[in-house]
Amino acid sequence: MADTSTPALKTAVIMPAWNEAEAIGATLDEIASVNPHVDVVVVDDGSWDDTVKIAQAHGATVLRLPFNLGVGGAMRTGYEYAGRNGYDQAIQVDADGQHDPADIDRVLEGLKVADISIGARFAGKGGYKAAGPRRWAMKVLASVVSRVAHTKLTDVTSGFRAANARAINQYRRHYPAEYLGDTVDSLVMAARSGLSVTQVPVEMRVRQAGTPSTSPLKSAIYLGRSLLALVVALTRRPMKRES
Amino acid sequence: MRATILFLFLALVIVVGVLLLLRSRKISEKYAILWLVVGLAAIVLAAYPALLGYIATAVGIQVASNLLFALAILLLVGVAMHLSLEVSRLEDRVRRLAEEAAILREQVESDEGSDANDD
Repeated sequence: MADTSTPALKTAVIMPAWNEAEAIGATLDEIASVNPHVDVVVVDDGSWDDTVKIAQAHGATVLRLPFNLGVGGAMRTGYEYAGRNGYDQAIQVDADGQHDPADIDRVLEGLKVADISIGARFAGKGGYKAAGPRRWAMKVLASVVSRVAHTKLTDVTSGFRAANARAINQYRRHYPAEYLGDTVDSLVMAARSGLSVTQVPVEMRVRQAGTPSTSPLKSAIYLGRSLLALVVALTRRPMKRES
Repeated sequence: MRATILFLFLALVIVVGVLLLLRSRKISEKYAILWLVVGLAAIVLAAYPALLGYIATAVGIQVASNLLFALAILLLVGVAMHLSLEVSRLEDRVRRLAEEAAILREQVESDEGSDANDD
């Protein structure tokens, strides 16, 4: 495999965005300043604010979904676009600014050794903390997925992840749009289909807009759903890899 | 005793069947959850038939099987309601896709003749 950091590699930043007018402009500017050689593809997930206009004004290609499909649905669209347009690698970056654009190159570097590279919290960098059932869920998910992927992963629900052409193809075939399907299920199936995974420690920043959900009930539901998603993904028949 | 085994078996078939469908992506999580809960409840009731009697007495229903029927009807009404809601949502989405396709088609066809492509 060729050196993945050469600018000759066609790189897409896929950014799912749903009503992110407040933050997306600044995020796009930041990406353009640290990473001028990447193409940013914003997938507008049925926003009713000025997300589309702002994204276009800041130089991004915008794919507009006619209605809200959720992050998973938006990412499916993004990977499909990247695959059809012959991108060599793609990286998912959140529009709200919590993924530091300065880390994009570091996460892409991971593709030198693996097909999928995850920008991970809890990997000895940054101050992200989760508590209660959500924390247990993340721990269980991390340890089980680590086993499937044959490498130590600490943050399998991170959305900050990069894929090479092989992984983009895998995602086009299997990328559930359901809640948690986009992170855990897609990763488990990719690993079980023979793709390699690695992680790069990153620091998540405070969201520039919006608040994370933290109620204990929501966390408990999260735990249940994540375990169900995990069990389903683990028992599913692995896919035959394309030649 | 034989009836217990039969119903236990049926309940297991439901749960395993739903899990298989879920695994092969023929059913999505939000529909599967409901059937899994029903299946698990059926397993518990089949394994401990006396439980139904206790619950019926507790809520003041004299014939235990009536409780079961009432719950089953309630559940089926709920499922029908849920499906109606989902179908309505899907109809709405299909209509919006059709609108989108019509508008895009017009734009593509009117762009075809001219080189002035400012979109």
